[in-house]
Amino acid sequence: MDAVIQQFFNVSIMAAVLPVVLRGLGMTLIVCAVVIPLGLAGGLLVALAMGARSRAVRTVVAALIDFFRAVPPLVLLIFIHAGLPFAGIRPTSFVSVCLAFLLNNSAYYGEIYRAGIESIGRGQWDAARSTGLGTVQAALYVVLPQAVRNVLPDLVSNTVEVVKLTSLASVVALPEMLYSADMARSLTYNASPIVLAALIYLVLLWPVVRLVSRMEHRVAA
Amino acid sequence: MQRSLFIDSFLRPELIARYTPDILAAMLVTVEIAALVVASGLALGLMLALVRSFRLRLIDILIVAYVDVFRAVPPLVLVLLVFFGLPNVGINLPSRAVLWLVLSLVLGAVAEEIFWAGILSVRKGQWEAARSTGLGFAQTLAYVVLPQAIRLTVPPLTNRTIAITKNTALGSVIGVPEILNVATTAESFIGNATPLTMGALAYVLLFIPVVILGRWLETRFAWRRA
Repeated sequence: MDAVIQQFFNVSIMAAVLPVVLRGLGMTLIVCAVVIPLGLAGGLLVALAMGARSRAVRTVVAALIDFFRAVPPLVLLIFIHAGLPFAGIRPTSFVSVCLAFLLNNSAYYGEIYRAGIESIGRGQWDAARSTGLGTVQAALYVVLPQAVRNVLPDLVSNTVEVVKLTSLASVVALPEMLYSADMARSLTYNASPIVLAALIYLVLLWPVVRLVSRMEHRVAA
Repeated sequence: MQRSLFIDSFLRPELIARYTPDILAAMLVTVEIAALVVASGLALGLMLALVRSFRLRLIDILIVAYVDVFRAVPPLVLVLLVFFGLPNVGINLPSRAVLWLVLSLVLGAVAEEIFWAGILSVRKGQWEAARSTGLGFAQTLAYVVLPQAIRLTVPPLTNRTIAITKNTALGSVIGVPEILNVATTAESFIGNATPLTMGALAYVLLFIPVVILGRWLETRFAWRRA
C-alpha cells in the first residue's frame, strides 16, 4: 500500500512538478481554444454541404466523413506531422495538431449537426421560406437554432472528447499537459506527475461529464 | 522516366511490396486487441448496468464514480499511467495487456452509461406489467426490460464502440506492434512516408465497413420521433 502511495500519489513530487504541469495545462487550453471553434465551424460547413442540392457534393462529403471517422485521430496526426515533410511542407507540431483535429472533428461535429437538422421538420423550412427568408436566412435563423438545441447533449459530449483528444498532441512533442507530465515522470521515475495530470483533467471535465449525463437522461426520459 | 515526387514519397511501389507482410501482421494485432476490447468492454458495461438496476446505494456511487473518471480522463493518460506506473509497484504487464485493460475499462464505462440510460428509458408500466404476470425481478429484467433497452442503445453504443476501438492506435506509444507502431517504425527506418500511407489505408480498410455498418444500424434502430 505504501509503495502504491509512494509511486502514484507522492505529494511532494506532485508539488514539485505542479508548475511544469500547469504550464502544460496552459498549452492544453490554448489548443482547445483553437481546435474547438475550428471543429464547430468546420462541422457546420460539412453539415450544410451534406444538404447541398448537388449529388456529387453530397457523395464526396459523405465519403470524406466516413474516411475521417475510420482513421484514428492519432494516425491522422502522425501522418500529417511525419508525412507532410516528405512533401516539402514542415508544419510545427501546433499546426499539425490543429490541422489533424480540424479534419477529424469537422467529421464528428458535422454528423451531429446533420442529425439535428434532420430532426427539424420540412415544414419549418417551408414556413421560413414562405415568409420571404432566403435559404441561408432560413437555415441560420429558423432551422439551426432548433437543430442545435435538439443535439446539444451530443455537441457537448463531443466537445469533451475533443478536449481529451488534445492529449494526443504529446506524441508530436507539443508541450501540453500530458507531455509535460510525462517529461516529469521520466525525470522523477515516478508516476505521480501523470496522476496529477489525470486529476487536473478530472477536475476540468468532471462537471461537464455530469452535465452531459444528466442532459442525456433527460432526453431519454 | 521520372516518377512524381508524390508517388516516390508516399506510395513507392517497391516499399509497398516490402512492407505489406508487416502491415498485414500488424492489422491482425489490431483486430485481435480490438475484438478483445469490444467483448470485455461491452460485457463489463452491461454487467455494471444490471448491477445498477438493483439500486444499491453504495454500489451505485462506486459505479458512477468509476464511469465518471473514465469518461473524464483521456485514454492516453490512462495508458501511460498504467504502463509506467504498474512496474514501479512490482506488477509487470505486457504492453498489449495494458492497452487491452485500459481500453476495456474505458469502453466499460461508456457502455454502462448507455445501457443504463436504455434501461431507464423503459417505462415503469413495463416493469409493473411484467411483475404482475408473475415474473421475478431478474426475469423481468432479462425478458422484458433488456430486450427493449438494448434496442435503444444500439446506435449510440455502436458509435462510441467504434471510436474507442480506434484507440488501439494509442498502443503505438507504448510499443504494441499494431498498425501505427509498425508503420512509424518503418517510416523512420527507411526515411519514407510510404509505410505511413499504408498504415492509414489499413485503418480505412478495417474501419470503413464498421463505420458503414454503424450508419446502417443508426437508421435501422433510430428513435421514432413524434
